[in-house]
Amino acid sequence: MADVTAGTNPGPKTVSTADVVRASLARRNRKQTLLQVLGLGAISFAFLMLFILIASLVSSGYHAFTQTHITLDVFIDPEEVPLERLPRGGFDDVLEASLASVLEDTDPNDRATMRALGGLLSNGAQFRLRDRVVEDPDLVGQTIAMTVPVSDPYDQLNKGLIDRETPEQHRRLKDFEIAWFDQLMAKEAISKPLNTGLIANADSRFPELAGLKGALIGSFWALFVCFVISFPLGIGAAIYLEEFAPKNKFSDLVEVNINNLAAVPSVVFGLLALAVFIGWFGLPRSAPFVGGMTLALMTMPTIIIATRAALKAVPPSIREAALGVGASKHQVVFGHVLPLAMPGILTGTIIGLAQALGETAPLLLIGMNAFITSAPSGPFDSATALPTQIFIWADSPERGFVSRTSAAILVLLGFLITMNAISIYLRNKFERSW
Amino acid sequence: MMDGMRKIERDTAASDIKIQARSVQVFYGDTHAIKDVSVDILDKTVTAFIGPSGCGKSTFLRCLNRMNDTIDIARVQGDIHIDGDDIYDPSIDPVQLRAKVGMVFQKPNPFPKSIYDNIAYGPRIHGLARTKAELDEIVERSLRRGAIWDEVKDRLHEPGTGLSGGQQQRLCIARAVATEPEVLLMDEPCSALDPIATAQVEDLIDELRRNYSVVIVTHSMQQAARVSQKTAFFHLGNLVEYRETGQIFTNPEDARTESYITGRIG
Repeated sequence: MADVTAGTNPGPKTVSTADVVRASLARRNRKQTLLQVLGLGAISFAFLMLFILIASLVSSGYHAFTQTHITLDVFIDPEEVPLERLPRGGFDDVLEASLASVLEDTDPNDRATMRALGGLLSNGAQFRLRDRVVEDPDLVGQTIAMTVPVSDPYDQLNKGLIDRETPEQHRRLKDFEIAWFDQLMAKEAISKPLNTGLIANADSRFPELAGLKGALIGSFWALFVCFVISFPLGIGAAIYLEEFAPKNKFSDLVEVNINNLAAVPSVVFGLLALAVFIGWFGLPRSAPFVGGMTLALMTMPTIIIATRAALKAVPPSIREAALGVGASKHQVVFGHVLPLAMPGILTGTIIGLAQALGETAPLLLIGMNAFITSAPSGPFDSATALPTQIFIWADSPERGFVSRTSAAILVLLGFLITMNAISIYLRNKFERSW
Repeated sequence: MMDGMRKIERDTAASDIKIQARSVQVFYGDTHAIKDVSVDILDKTVTAFIGPSGCGKSTFLRCLNRMNDTIDIARVQGDIHIDGDDIYDPSIDPVQLRAKVGMVFQKPNPFPKSIYDNIAYGPRIHGLARTKAELDEIVERSLRRGAIWDEVKDRLHEPGTGLSGGQQQRLCIARAVATEPEVLLMDEPCSALDPIATAQVEDLIDELRRNYSVVIVTHSMQQAARVSQKTAFFHLGNLVEYRETGQIFTNPEDARTESYITGRIG
């Protein structure tokens, strides 16, 4: 073992390397432990935050996945619903009358009571009844069983979100209304099935009827348009810049600007779209088509950057091999480099689209936060998107929208997680070694 | 060491000039990589380029099929004629040239495709086969010339990247000959291979000499002595000496050549 002289010591004392190392060993190990603890702490903190987020969403959102319904035997009174006046008629009166016949202590001639009874049912109930009768006018004069949503306060009551101990004047439901509901419960007329309306209905002013159908279809069209525009354009631009463009000041400038574009706040793209697409080109407001074009502006830089990185990662030996057997430049790029870069390109694209799916600000600026009660039938119809629908619901005063907002966020997160999972799957499946 | 000299005894006088280079200069940006190189490379002959690292032998090799075109900062001056045609003439497309001048690289670089598709790629893009049967025939003939047919004939549709290093390099040689080139350039083809695979590739190179003009860059003087008939010694971008292999190793004219082959520079 070699002896070393400690440089800072003036004396003739000599120490072995092993002794010097041993002296510093404890300090080095301490630093390493500290680093590990800090790292672990950071990850734990991140997980804790994620857990709190998901837990709070689930705890308030799970109520929205069920909806309280009431099953009634409805006598369609020909006096209220005369055949010759269809589709008009007193369907609400028919429903109120059938409720009154079920409940005790109700006087069919007292208008205030009857109005309160009507408040038990969802506002949509009379329209469902009307639709059924219009479809089959023979029902007039018969008694049919109907299951319809109850209105939001009763839904809240059934889910335990209204405290019965609260003094009556601070409660949304009066004592007699709660008593009605308890009667109906006792008669097993109340059920709480899975809330298919959350997916199957479009937006509504009434929480018990509001659903995400319009937002889902709007988001689908917007993403579809975004993909169709940004994927080919982004890949084309990346291939040109990476493989064909001469390396000079101009291409440097282009590169810097693409990186800058990827960092531009999305609300700026929204303003641009408002001015250009809607202002100049006169495209319709609130349309998923315009939303998709706006999102494409944002997604394109992401796709270009991901594609260029993927192209760069293809080893030069593959290019040389192809050039060596006499492939032309485009044959090298399209026959060899692009297929090898595809997993990386797809991953980047899906992550870009997932980002676009959650983007809210530019869609607000082009009017995709309008209140629209029917699902769009094409990309040019007015629609909302998932994030803007969340924005609208979060802004609504009705109690029922609180849980619906959380539920919509969970749906959005579900789509995002699915898209990211697909991108990981594609990357693993098509990744090749060379 | 001179045990490997067996192949140089063969007759080389009858060959014609295949490649004629005159006053070739190559610049990488400001670096003058090749300085005024003039050389005649013969047909049906193995010509070895030797020299220390950075002497420009690979750079010069890559001039012969214009692979330097793919490097933005490289500039080539001077004349290179193959069969009397100026390969840097604007009317010559590098694609056309590279179909005629095949290349094998230092590191085996099969495409991440099947063995069959590796070989068939060149003939396909150049349209050399009209039918599937013709293509099959080209693939088999090329793999036989690459001395690898027997090892892969039962797994033509497995990926070429799954072969061993030596097999991959022979596959790359087979791929290079599949387009029926007239010149075969080899840039240190054995540097990534073990001695057994090296011996197989060297035997193959000697075999290829019957049909092609082979130019091989090598770091190994023993390899140059074993496989080549003519040897060119490069030093600092200059072509120092270019003679028959036997003469260059036994009786070098230039003091720098002697220093290199005796191990004093390099």
